[in-house]
Amino acid sequence: MNKPAEVVIVGAGIVGAACASELAAEGLRVLVIDEGFPSRGSTGAAMGHIVVMDDSEAQFAITRYSQILWDDLRDQLPCAVEFDPCGTLWVAADENEMGEVRRKFDYYRERGVNAEILDSQQVREAEPQLRASLAGGLRVPGDSVVYPPCATGFLLQRARHLGARVLHGQPVAAIGKGVARLADGTVFAAGFIINAAGQSAPRLSAGINVKPRKGHLVITDRYPNFLHHQVVELGYLTSAHSLTADSVAFNVQPRKTGQILIGSSRQYGADNAAVDDSILARMLQRAFAYMPDLRLLSAIRVWTGFRPATPDKLPLIGPSPEDPSVLVAAGHEGLGITTSLATAKLICSQILGQRPAIPIQPYLPSRQMAAEAHV
Amino acid sequence: MSESVSVRVNGKAVTVRAGATVAVAVLASGAACRTSVSGQPRSPLCGMGTCFECRVAINGEPQRRSCQVLCESNMEIEAYG
Amino acid sequence: MDSVKHLRFDVAVVGAGPAGIAAALAAADSGKSIGLIDDNPAAGGQIWRGAQTEPRPSAKSVWFDRLNKSAIQIVRGARVFHAANGELAAECDDSAVQITYGRLIVATGARELFLPFPGWTLPNVMGAGGLQALLKSGLDIAGKRVVIAGTGPLLLAVAAYARKCGAKVVGICEQTTWPRMVRFGMKMLLAPGKAPEALRFAYDLRGIPHWTDCWPVAAFGNRRVEIVRISRQGQTSEIECDYLACGFHLIPNVELPRMCGCRLQQGFVEVDECQQTSVAGTYCAGEPTGIGGLELALVEGEIAGYAATNWEDRAKHLFAKRARHQKVVGILKDAFPLRSELKNLARPDTLVCRCEDVPHERLCEHSSWRAAKLHARCGMGPCQGRVCAPAAEFLFGWEIDSVRPPVFPVRCSSLAAIPSHTAAPRN
Repeated sequence: MNKPAEVVIVGAGIVGAACASELAAEGLRVLVIDEGFPSRGSTGAAMGHIVVMDDSEAQFAITRYSQILWDDLRDQLPCAVEFDPCGTLWVAADENEMGEVRRKFDYYRERGVNAEILDSQQVREAEPQLRASLAGGLRVPGDSVVYPPCATGFLLQRARHLGARVLHGQPVAAIGKGVARLADGTVFAAGFIINAAGQSAPRLSAGINVKPRKGHLVITDRYPNFLHHQVVELGYLTSAHSLTADSVAFNVQPRKTGQILIGSSRQYGADNAAVDDSILARMLQRAFAYMPDLRLLSAIRVWTGFRPATPDKLPLIGPSPEDPSVLVAAGHEGLGITTSLATAKLICSQILGQRPAIPIQPYLPSRQMAAEAHV
Repeated sequence: MSESVSVRVNGKAVTVRAGATVAVAVLASGAACRTSVSGQPRSPLCGMGTCFECRVAINGEPQRRSCQVLCESNMEIEAYG
Repeated sequence: MDSVKHLRFDVAVVGAGPAGIAAALAAADSGKSIGLIDDNPAAGGQIWRGAQTEPRPSAKSVWFDRLNKSAIQIVRGARVFHAANGELAAECDDSAVQITYGRLIVATGARELFLPFPGWTLPNVMGAGGLQALLKSGLDIAGKRVVIAGTGPLLLAVAAYARKCGAKVVGICEQTTWPRMVRFGMKMLLAPGKAPEALRFAYDLRGIPHWTDCWPVAAFGNRRVEIVRISRQGQTSEIECDYLACGFHLIPNVELPRMCGCRLQQGFVEVDECQQTSVAGTYCAGEPTGIGGLELALVEGEIAGYAATNWEDRAKHLFAKRARHQKVVGILKDAFPLRSELKNLARPDTLVCRCEDVPHERLCEHSSWRAAKLHARCGMGPCQGRVCAPAAEFLFGWEIDSVRPPVFPVRCSSLAAIPSHTAAPRN
């Protein structure tokens, strides 16, 4: 019989898989349990953009740290992961947004992130499909793109090679006090339990505030050379800021297959996965406004996904407020793919009692209790 | 009414009967319709517009299902098979 | 390119094959406005493809004459990709089309089941119905050698037609057993009105070898098929050919009814005696309710057309006729079940998904269609799994999941034109 696991990870999305890989690499005996199959939740619907964000120091720290980890990993990633160092192009529609471009440029430069300001002509040279009258943009060449389900598969496979076990199709009913109990009654005891259960994280750990934020994506047929970077409008940041309103923002991605991924939308309170025709139409019209010839491309599939969102837009990484043996690794909103590797490192450092590479305070779940206490 | 139609497939003139589809013109020219993602030549499978194997570019527009398009005089067809 | 045409019909019929034509004509008797919408350049569907240009008169030309004389508006070259709350969204080559309807009749027909075997992706390996469609679309096959394989009565029809077009039909490889084939022949001979057709078939096919317990094992060739290896009662042999027309009977096109929320039973659309689906005001006729051939499709279409225009009396008069033709469904099921050897034709490197070139061995790694899709990308191409999903269902026993818009790939501009004034989105 196998020796009992030292760490049980609930959830085989990219965050759970990254944690499994990291912990197994440190020699710990890991068991990953997923209610379905890996990437069945938010990971399977995700865009796969690896991006450095500057919304706050804490957001910058974790996205930058994680991006470096992805770069370190890139040579080991098999073809199916489709790692593409295409970079991000943030586009500015007007002078107002150009001001934001300059602010971002300074911010990144001060922190050692390579960035380049492009004027109206240069931004079109970088992406000929963009409409003529844009004010300019910011190119961040260090950003990249992966195919999340296969990235998750790679991380899980690595974990398995290092001795981890993965259980599929096993819903977890409860975790706590060193035990994970499956819906069928089976009990696993472990020193640490990691709640990487995505949308289900609040169900398993009390006191954590994670709410689903629905998004839509469209993927086209293959049009090689249509797009070269992940292109995002600066208005995206306004969209990501709103806590209540439905919003859309221009966000397109070239896949290595030559297919174009078109997003993005954000809705709070939507509780079903059905495609919302009117938000879809708004999202596409927004995209056409920036890249007119998207109209002509053949759309093969539309799908929805739920980003697990926290009120302060930072993930929850650390001990659950009620039970220190449970570590929460959830609430990554639209940055789950990007920050998965850093999340794993931070979780690992907590388990091993080591100093984390970046300060962990901003991500501790206990902050949510404190925030609520002040309301 | 003319009984045949003349189109060009990869620059080569091909004549088919009036009412024939572009897929038939491509087959008549000896070309395959497309090259698959792993490099295989592909030609029509279902003949009824559901398999997407017969995709070619017609008058510059790519990804057209050739079995669903009737040949018109002087059409320019690019088959990448 | 962004133009949107708006059409309004009391009854919208999707699919202009026999069932759709019959439904539209029956509905037109009421004097209401009827729209007949089809993806193809002309009406006729599969079995009546190109019928409008065939020499008159014939049994089917009567239907086309009535169609042409009627007030039915035929919307050609329009692919319906979405349906919700009384609106259809469709796309033509030059515009999107929004169709508002009072009642909907879905007559989307069926397509062939393709099963993978080594070499099945070679050019000139096509469906049996696929070959027939191409012949009707002008393919010149005079003097070419054709092997026809798979299962079902379609093989016989295609063999006869190919021969008429001048092909040398080298043989028909039918996977069902000899006793089943004989029973099928007997039942068709005894079925009302079928004897002349059956005898004509026998005459049309005289001299063409017909082998049962026979199926293709592999196709070989350099850039197109040149040799087919077949298995026949335990022995393999090789046949040289120019075309291999291979299809394993039919599967219903239920994507649109699924999108509309219609309940399915064992993969077919559930309908009541008036051909109404579980969605009030939405009817279904023809193959999507059960593979039963031409006569059944015609009478189901008529019933749906009358029922959709509140002429239940006329619909009821056709119930007995429908019951007679319904027998074909059972006869076909009994005669042509797929044998288990067909599950073992694919080798590890044989492609199952042709859009994304995903080989069999990559699918084996997963235990559900959804997992296989996400990780191996099968079914993620433009055919949206229409070819590989039914094959995977047969090979692995996977249940194929629900359908989301677009039910058919369309331009992004058409997707953005979907009517957005509807109420809650459908699941």
